[in-house]
Amino acid sequence: MAEKEILHINKLCIGYGKGKRAKVVHDQLQAKMFAGELVCLLGENGTGKSTLIRTICGFQPALGGEATLLGKDLLKLSEKELSKMASVVLTDRVIVPNATVEELVGLGRSPYTGTFGILNDEDKEIVHTSIEKCGILHKKKERLSNLSDGEKQKAFIAKALAQDTQIIILDEPTAFLDMPARVEIMQLLRQIASNSGKSVLMSTHDLDLALQMADKLWLLSADKGLLTGTPEDLLLRNEFQTIFQNKGIEFDNKTGLFRVGYDYNHEIPVKGHGFEYVLLRRAFARNGIKTIRKAEEDTTWLEVCKNGSTSFKYFQNGECVGQEETIENLLTLTLNNRG
Amino acid sequence: MIHKLGRISIVITLATLLLVFLVLLNLVLGSIHIPLSEIKAILFTGEEVNRIYENIILKTRLPQTIVSLGAGMALGVAGLLMQTLFRNPLAGPSVLGISSGSSLGVAFVMLFTGNILGFTFTSLGAWGDFAVVFSSLIGAALVLALILFISHRIGGTLSVLIIGVMIGYLSSSLVSLLKFYSPEEDVYNYVIWGLGSFSRLASERAMMFGLITVIPSILATFLSKSLNLLALGDRYASNLGLNIKRARFLIIAFSGFLTAIVTSFCGPIIFIGVAVPHLAKLLSKTSNHFYLILNAALLGAATALLCNLLARMPGMEQEMPINSVTAFIGAPVVIWVIWKRRKENRLE
Repeated sequence: MAEKEILHINKLCIGYGKGKRAKVVHDQLQAKMFAGELVCLLGENGTGKSTLIRTICGFQPALGGEATLLGKDLLKLSEKELSKMASVVLTDRVIVPNATVEELVGLGRSPYTGTFGILNDEDKEIVHTSIEKCGILHKKKERLSNLSDGEKQKAFIAKALAQDTQIIILDEPTAFLDMPARVEIMQLLRQIASNSGKSVLMSTHDLDLALQMADKLWLLSADKGLLTGTPEDLLLRNEFQTIFQNKGIEFDNKTGLFRVGYDYNHEIPVKGHGFEYVLLRRAFARNGIKTIRKAEEDTTWLEVCKNGSTSFKYFQNGECVGQEETIENLLTLTLNNRG
Repeated sequence: MIHKLGRISIVITLATLLLVFLVLLNLVLGSIHIPLSEIKAILFTGEEVNRIYENIILKTRLPQTIVSLGAGMALGVAGLLMQTLFRNPLAGPSVLGISSGSSLGVAFVMLFTGNILGFTFTSLGAWGDFAVVFSSLIGAALVLALILFISHRIGGTLSVLIIGVMIGYLSSSLVSLLKFYSPEEDVYNYVIWGLGSFSRLASERAMMFGLITVIPSILATFLSKSLNLLALGDRYASNLGLNIKRARFLIIAFSGFLTAIVTSFCGPIIFIGVAVPHLAKLLSKTSNHFYLILNAALLGAATALLCNLLARMPGMEQEMPINSVTAFIGAPVVIWVIWKRRKENRLE
């Protein structure tokens, strides 16, 4: 696949201030982005995600290095030129009295309109389809203040679409949203990247969603700088562990997802499999008990029984000493027996 | 779009009709009632009419009407510009400190010169009026230049706002110092100046005043695209291709100019600049500044005319100071707007 290079960051140095008092946040950042890609920028708070995003958007100057957007030096573009190449969705709280979804998305056409910002028929058509693509056509005439957080975010994404740029940059678009809304926004961005060939760069804290939906991940960490690659390659190279080490996050290579790291004080053998087993394991892990596979020589173990209805049995010295219907009761039984 | 445009054009038409109606009322009503037919004869046909009527209309009521209209329009537009630029519903033309600059200039001339040179300012007569306007313009221009310089060099909307407010405090402290050392008569005159008036300009000067307030107010619509973008916040605006620094400079210059002119010729007029933009937003229910500016201009002029009318209600011995009337009209409007928004559950 001949991929079209959209964004190229080369030895970029980001930070604040200038001259001697400059505070460098990151130096020697290296990354590339291609057409139609959804890229998620991950990193802990305070590692400079927002600084990187702001530098790429042209909101703050780079301290050194290069960044090219569609072959043009991003750091030297005027607002006018940049406005037709990159559109943004920010975390800034925007309060525009009286503004409707349609008016907001219409402002996305500003780089193309004249002195008074009047929309022509083509602009109106683009505004309409942008709103439609984001699935909020029924809210077209609604005031922004009457929208839910998820719908508001979609309205801003529609604004970015109307701006008709090759790249859309979003700063934590899923923050403050509930789980279904997060998934919806991610799916929307995924569709935009896949269907329209636009590149989407977003910073996020939603590790699980990013792993599943992103084409590439950019991992930003204080000591390792910017690591890039497909989620799977990064997992194979075990890069996540080095970034989140000692932070109570573990990668579960059975599920391919991250989970909370537990402090275990006990172990208990369990016989069984399936969904019930997974849930049992989780409940016990939360209580500091690690479940292991039952070996032949174990005399004390738990068993998941599925004869019509599910039940859990507790074996001690090879004999069944208790049977429970719920995980809660089994947990109580186990903890009591252990003293 | 159609139903919204409908609402906007209805609001603008009604505001225009209201404005025309208030202009007529301002000419007709007063201590002496002058019938419409006489007014028509005086202004348009040039027929022979009652000399007294002609004098009242041409020398008093018409200049007052023009000045009220121009001042109200300018203040409404200037206030709207400031509220959008600072994204603050309490902002108004006075936040830049320009009216404070005017006041300080006037105080300096009225209070300080007399003190130093050993005469009371009132003894100057006609030269005094000229000196007041001149000093007021100088004071306003100096503050405007300072604010523009700050906005250009330092940037940042908030710093401009804070410096504007600080200039206000500084100048009022200087003014009270000047008052403290001045003869009673001068202080009294200064206080009267501070109460504002639409009746300080004679006919030709009133026409001039009308032109230099109405034309820039309408020209402010050229800023509407910038204002629409700035309402989204600086970053979104810049991402949509707006040169923030230039836009901010132009908006401050426009609003500052309008405020400076009005304050210099009418004194610091309060409340119209804060209340009218709210009224315009509430009635037109649009976020498009092209219509908001037109609306604020029409409603500002109408409000000022209403205040002028109330200030010289028939049956009163003396005209009331204009600022006491504007506060009575303006404060309830602001409270009403806040109340209405609270009810609609959008405290924006």
